[in-house]
Amino acid sequence: MRAPGRPAFRFRAVIAAGVVAAMTIGAAGCAESDRGTGDDEGNAAGGTFVFAGAGDPKNFDPIFNDDGESFRPIRQMYDTLVTHKPGTAELEGGLAESWTNDPTGKVWTFKLRQGVKFHDGTALDAAAVCANFDRWYNMKGEAAQSQMIYYADVFGGFAGSPDAVYDNCKAQDASTAVLTLKKYKGAFPGAFALTAFSIASPAAMKQYDADTVTQNGDSFSYSAFANEHPTGTGPFTFGGWNKATGEITLAKNPDYWDEKAKVDKVIIKVIKDENTRKQELRAGTVQAIDFPAPADRKALADEGYAVLERPAFNILYLGINQKNNPKLKDLRVRQAIAYALNRPQLVQTKGPGGSVVADQFLPETVLGYAPDVQKYEYSVDKAKQLLSEAGATGLTLNFYYPTEVSRPYMPNPQEIFTVLANDLQAAGIKVTGVPRPWNGGFKDDVQQFGKQDLHILGWTGDYNDPGNFVGTFFGRPKVEFGADAMTEMFDAIGKADATVEPEAKRTAFEQVNRDLAAKWLPAVPIWHAPPAIVTTKNVQGLVPSPLTAEEFDTVSLTK
Amino acid sequence: MSGSGGIATLGDHKRRRIDELAARTAEAGGVSLIRDAGRRLLRNPAAIVGATIILLFLVVAIFAPLVAPHDPVQRFPELTKDLTVDSMPGPTAGHPLGSDPLGRDFASRMIYGARQTLFVGVLATLIGLLFGVLLGAIAGAVGGWVDVLIMRITDVMLALPSLLLAITLVALASESTQWTVIVAVAVVNVPIFARLLRGSMLAQRESDHVLAARALGVKQGDIVRRHMLPNSLTAVIVQATLTFAVAILDAAALSFLGLGDPDINRAEWGLMLGVDGVRYLEVRPELAYYPALAIIVVALGFTLLGESMREALDPKNRR
Amino acid sequence: MVRVVSRRLVQLGVTLIALMTLVFFWLRSLPGGPVDALLGERATPQTRELLIQALGYDQPIWVQYGRFLKNVVTGNFGNSIRTGEPVTDVISRAFPATVELAVAAIIIAVGLGIPLGYLAARHRGRLLDNATIIVTLIGISIPIFFLGYLLKDWLTQDIHFFPPSGRISTGTDNTDVTGFFVLDGLLTREFDASADALWHLVLPAVTLATIPLAIIVRITRASVLDVLDEDYVRTADAKGLRDATIRKRHVLRNAMLPVVTTVGLQTGALLAGAVLTEKVYNWGGLGTLITDSISGGRDYPVLQALILLAAVVFIVVNLLVDLSYAVIDPRVRVQ
Repeated sequence: MRAPGRPAFRFRAVIAAGVVAAMTIGAAGCAESDRGTGDDEGNAAGGTFVFAGAGDPKNFDPIFNDDGESFRPIRQMYDTLVTHKPGTAELEGGLAESWTNDPTGKVWTFKLRQGVKFHDGTALDAAAVCANFDRWYNMKGEAAQSQMIYYADVFGGFAGSPDAVYDNCKAQDASTAVLTLKKYKGAFPGAFALTAFSIASPAAMKQYDADTVTQNGDSFSYSAFANEHPTGTGPFTFGGWNKATGEITLAKNPDYWDEKAKVDKVIIKVIKDENTRKQELRAGTVQAIDFPAPADRKALADEGYAVLERPAFNILYLGINQKNNPKLKDLRVRQAIAYALNRPQLVQTKGPGGSVVADQFLPETVLGYAPDVQKYEYSVDKAKQLLSEAGATGLTLNFYYPTEVSRPYMPNPQEIFTVLANDLQAAGIKVTGVPRPWNGGFKDDVQQFGKQDLHILGWTGDYNDPGNFVGTFFGRPKVEFGADAMTEMFDAIGKADATVEPEAKRTAFEQVNRDLAAKWLPAVPIWHAPPAIVTTKNVQGLVPSPLTAEEFDTVSLTK
Repeated sequence: MSGSGGIATLGDHKRRRIDELAARTAEAGGVSLIRDAGRRLLRNPAAIVGATIILLFLVVAIFAPLVAPHDPVQRFPELTKDLTVDSMPGPTAGHPLGSDPLGRDFASRMIYGARQTLFVGVLATLIGLLFGVLLGAIAGAVGGWVDVLIMRITDVMLALPSLLLAITLVALASESTQWTVIVAVAVVNVPIFARLLRGSMLAQRESDHVLAARALGVKQGDIVRRHMLPNSLTAVIVQATLTFAVAILDAAALSFLGLGDPDINRAEWGLMLGVDGVRYLEVRPELAYYPALAIIVVALGFTLLGESMREALDPKNRR
Repeated sequence: MVRVVSRRLVQLGVTLIALMTLVFFWLRSLPGGPVDALLGERATPQTRELLIQALGYDQPIWVQYGRFLKNVVTGNFGNSIRTGEPVTDVISRAFPATVELAVAAIIIAVGLGIPLGYLAARHRGRLLDNATIIVTLIGISIPIFFLGYLLKDWLTQDIHFFPPSGRISTGTDNTDVTGFFVLDGLLTREFDASADALWHLVLPAVTLATIPLAIIVRITRASVLDVLDEDYVRTADAKGLRDATIRKRHVLRNAMLPVVTTVGLQTGALLAGAVLTEKVYNWGGLGTLITDSISGGRDYPVLQALILLAAVVFIVVNLLVDLSYAVIDPRVRVQ
């Protein structure tokens, strides 16, 4: 190819292009400053509430989700049968005005609210509620079933599975739904409030093929219902999801059955970086941010932003795996580990505002919390003494910790590991740190293969039930703890969980918690660390929820 | 253009730069000419500045335990006492730069940081150099299809931006340790050194002093060892100097992306800047400023010296 | 010409399939993986089994490979693990964002770099020259993400001048036509959306342009100095040709060749810079996608496709650089 004698390159043209670009940019700047003033005046009555979330949602079909970022918009669009009093983990009526449980604990009767309509105009009645229960139980295909994580956990399985708890659901009359289970399940009624079990419009689900989940490569495609036409009864209706800008728009539902939303529009803006969320808040482009960096909370409060601390409803623990190192089967060695950890100092130096040292595996607000458990005050001497009694001086342990992750109960795993490892070394336990990416081997190594001696992990509660905490961890043999021999512990928790009468259940779980601390100690509880929301001053009525289940219908914007 | 018609022509251009350097230093061969270049180097203020920075850096790195007031990983009760997640004790008598986020002595960490940074930079450079030189020597010595194959692989690697290749390697590694980072940053340099050595040897094959040696009946092995390798080494050293700067910058970038060395006990400037520096930028900006400044100055030093050396070896500047 | 292009295309195909095979088997040998990434803390062992069956991981590896290859050949890269969307959608959305950013950065780097480099060379040894050299050296040595944080802190927080992140103001009702927000605004006559997008583009583009700018300045300067030294320029000077004529006819034309090469090279390097810049500014392009698909939870389908895309882009850009070479320098022939 030739270009004979043609002036191929013009220097002036390049300079000119540069100048033009610079001028255009300058001009855009002027345009922006003109626009800026207009935006501030736009929020008189109603207005738009912009909330910065920390991650992309997956889809908007409640049953196929299990993460907070998906639940955030879902919660605004749907209601559950039972719900929580704002700012607490206590139950109150949702779509069901009231609910009763028969003495066997197997039959649940829901008295539904009258006159509630789905966003598509169809009525919420007992048949619609039962249609939801039936849909979940009868879901077909491994693809769909494998994504119903909460359902599989709470209801035990699907049609045909021997472990399935669900029996049937009958519409006694239009406003009375009767749910019958095959056996009592301690998770209820708390689990009825799970966002995953929100009630969706059967008509819309049918129209938009909600049950179709197809495998594609290493993941799944969801239906039009889940992506474009989520239809519930909630205070907001679906407005759109702009994936290019990471914005989910929700519009006020004018026909909401309860008090109508105060703002006209909600935009949930996905900003993954905590630093950027904070900066957008300061720039005034968002009115609230979730999960501010613990280090930034104080500065933001000083600048006049409202830092809303959620009541702590989570737990971080140091897990001990008894399988690989026989010394760890000795209670004294595990107690030595507990004594060696300077937890008050960890909370003071690295705990997000409002954190407290945990002495058991559930927060104070949960049924079954025992105030009088053994505490293991920090004492290097006691740790050393117990180790030598157990003949475990010079103990060497590998300590798995996750990287590339930040959880509400564990904002910065690497720092937590470093501090804990330091404490253990000081008590004469040699620690080999093993970092693993959260999704790149940590969960597998720790929960599937049990390669670790020690690890850090935690949990945020879903509802107010001790089984949701201690039952999840220690109710059955788990690779994570390698404590297969501790049958006494499994039995005790299983029995406590199966207790129907609330007071008896409380007593049983209090004893479980005492024994967990003094007799079994399969892990060492570290802290309860409340995550926070930060809002601008003009945001009113946003109530932080211990379950991170905030509802935006009560939010209003003042001038 | 460039006869290869290769898979990666962008690599071609990088490659051509490398070949030029190889050819230049090959030409520069001969003791007097190198001495000549050395003299030019000493007259160049940029080279002096660069060398001074590097010297200082090396001294601090090597004598870190003597220079640093404290152990860099120890947590001090007098620092943790006032430490919270949103404030860190500032400078005090015993701790000239105050505390880091875990109650460790920040000044000591900065000083030991020189050592760790040197460690990462040198190892990343050396590993790249070692494998590069090995591959280049094999390609140059064996020739034929081996040469073609090795050069084709280096072409592909040169075509990717170095940081991107490093990120991919970290993502594809089964474990993340300090070595993952060092190796990822090092691998990027293998093709550069391979080409450099091969080019230099090929260029020398026809050079006067090699032809003369051959005419005098010196054995092939001796020619390679006594004449060709030492001359090629000049080019390799120049490139290694420049590589060092890139290596520490890439290591810092990996840390920033959360893909760096996971052990935050290690005091390495890139890690300190990319993790704590960014996270606590508002709480204590010094955590970012000092490591960043250190990285900039050291990278500048290596770049200055490397470029001055390259310039000095350029036959065009030989007047 | 046609033969060259078609030969390159065949090479492209073969390279890609080899690369995909390598990546496929490599990814499946890693710990963690899709099952781990798709399941949260709450999954029961039964759910895990279901998932393994649903994804076909219980089948022999060669069956999985066959299905994978069939999908890839038909342009189906599966769904993103993180978002559940088809990978092709995810990438085609991120692609324009990065291209928009990269084009802006190149405009800044070239628009400022070439004149600066030229001026520095003309004023060799004087203040302008020395200052340029020092500033560009620092530009190469500064960690770009740190620079981004400084700029952002200063210009969006200390003084609220630029927006801190994103491509367009939140809640802007812009029409998406091409995915290039600035261009879309012009096409749909939503000019304020276009201006808004441009305003968001400034800081990220300046950050991303730093390194290429520094390098282009240095190369231009060196290259112009080389040419000024050449005999024919001196001859022209001696002949008494007007300065402007010399500049235009001889110096620039001849000095441009290495500069164009550098611009080409830097275009490739921009993608690496974009990974850092986009993370700093929450840009939502390919760079963010790369980071998210690795540290946001090992999203292997996306990663696979990105590696493939990177290979394609490089091969194509190479070809284009070759062709542009031929346009600038008639002595060069494409073989």
